[in-house]
Amino acid sequence: MRDFLEIVGLSISVSLAATAVAAAVSLPIGAALAIFPFTGRRLIVVLINAFFGLPPVVVGLVLYLALSRSGPLGFLELLFTPAAMVIAQAILAIPIITALVHRASERAWARYGDELTTDGATRLQALPQILMIIRADLVTAVLAGFGRTVSEVGAIILVGGNIRGLTRTMTTAIALQTSQGDLSLALALGAVLVGISISVSATVFALAGRARTAGSDEV
Amino acid sequence: MIAFRYVLVMVVTLAAINAGAAAEKSIVLASTTSVEASGLLANILPQFTARTGITVNVVAQGTGKALDTARRGDADIVLVHDPEAEREFIDEGYSSTVRQIAWNDFIVVGPSSDPAHILGGTDSVKALKAIASARAAFVSRGDRSGTNAAELRLWRVAGRSSEALNPEKWYHDVGGGMGQALNAASALNAYTLTDRATWLNFNNKGSLTIIIEGDPRLINRYDVIELNPRKHGVARLDAAKAFAEWLVSPEGQQAIGAYQVNGQQLFNPSAASPK
Repeated sequence: MRDFLEIVGLSISVSLAATAVAAAVSLPIGAALAIFPFTGRRLIVVLINAFFGLPPVVVGLVLYLALSRSGPLGFLELLFTPAAMVIAQAILAIPIITALVHRASERAWARYGDELTTDGATRLQALPQILMIIRADLVTAVLAGFGRTVSEVGAIILVGGNIRGLTRTMTTAIALQTSQGDLSLALALGAVLVGISISVSATVFALAGRARTAGSDEV
Repeated sequence: MIAFRYVLVMVVTLAAINAGAAAEKSIVLASTTSVEASGLLANILPQFTARTGITVNVVAQGTGKALDTARRGDADIVLVHDPEAEREFIDEGYSSTVRQIAWNDFIVVGPSSDPAHILGGTDSVKALKAIASARAAFVSRGDRSGTNAAELRLWRVAGRSSEALNPEKWYHDVGGGMGQALNAASALNAYTLTDRATWLNFNNKGSLTIIIEGDPRLINRYDVIELNPRKHGVARLDAAKAFAEWLVSPEGQQAIGAYQVNGQQLFNPSAASPK
């Protein structure tokens, strides 16, 4: 039971940390991509959308080689630690959150951009205001990122190593239990994981719905 | 306000993660799926940690992958079971100290319907030949693990190379851990070679049963391998050495021998008299 709570706790805290890191990167970038015009912007947006489908196992492998003690970032000694899993999951969540934030920001900018910059305000000063306008969409974007991180197994099993009591999360534990033929235990863990995923989606819908009825802009 | 909440969430979660990771001293043990899946390590490691304060983080891989992890410097000590791969590792200069800690045996398991009619024998090579000529389904790990290597050695003695086996429709290379191979064998009603410890601890046997056991060729030896400080150059080797010493000490050997599943001993300690 202690093991079980530890696993659930680690899953949630790693995914939350990864989502927080990803959001901290994605929110300003997503909005900036909508606000600042520069050459190559279209290409970057296309790339970010393409990275939606980034295969976790490839991210895991590249990160594994980078964090290995014989790799370029080996001196950090991060391989087989929860921090490595946070990095892997953040990399997977960043394209999703950035793309969703960009899409919402683009519409908000088209609508309010002139207004926000008329009284001499710079585009940089308008950025936080755009994020404020689309806050309902930010919730959706961040929770979509969380959904991606909490359900992921391919990347974290490589860089985390599925170490009992250190880097064993719900998804990697399910993989392990299945491999030991403990299918009922694997299924029970799976049910908890699905429960968390459903709670996340339910929260998304509830928050998005509330924001809309509260008169927020349909962006 | 939102920014503040972000910072708060980040700090709290990172603190929680660090609390989990903040062990006084820890080493990474690259090991095989069989010692992990059998439950042995989960059983004996707390005793070692209680005595020394050193946490052992187990990364369970096949023998081939475990040795590769050590070659890259990502493990501090290795516990594996493939004499040939280990010799190669030593010849490359990665280690100078290899000690046997325990042994058990491999067994051939298969469907109780026994399409190759080999149930109850002790000659594993004869059994493989019968499986091949009956074209009965056989599952191979196919992952360069110690068990996979042992299986391919037996096939070689039986006159079949892995190149000759792979195109065969009855030969299923699943490319996974022991449990995955057993799950596949159970689903396919196939024969497979497994270590006895994983088998005893496996809960999805279906119609699988022990078909062949007791062949002297089926002995399965587990070695602890310390890494060469000149190749490795990381300060944690002292803690790793303490772990290796504990495994071969009377206390460690006693802990290995005392581990049972359903009243059956899974590993025979053998540091004092290697098999």
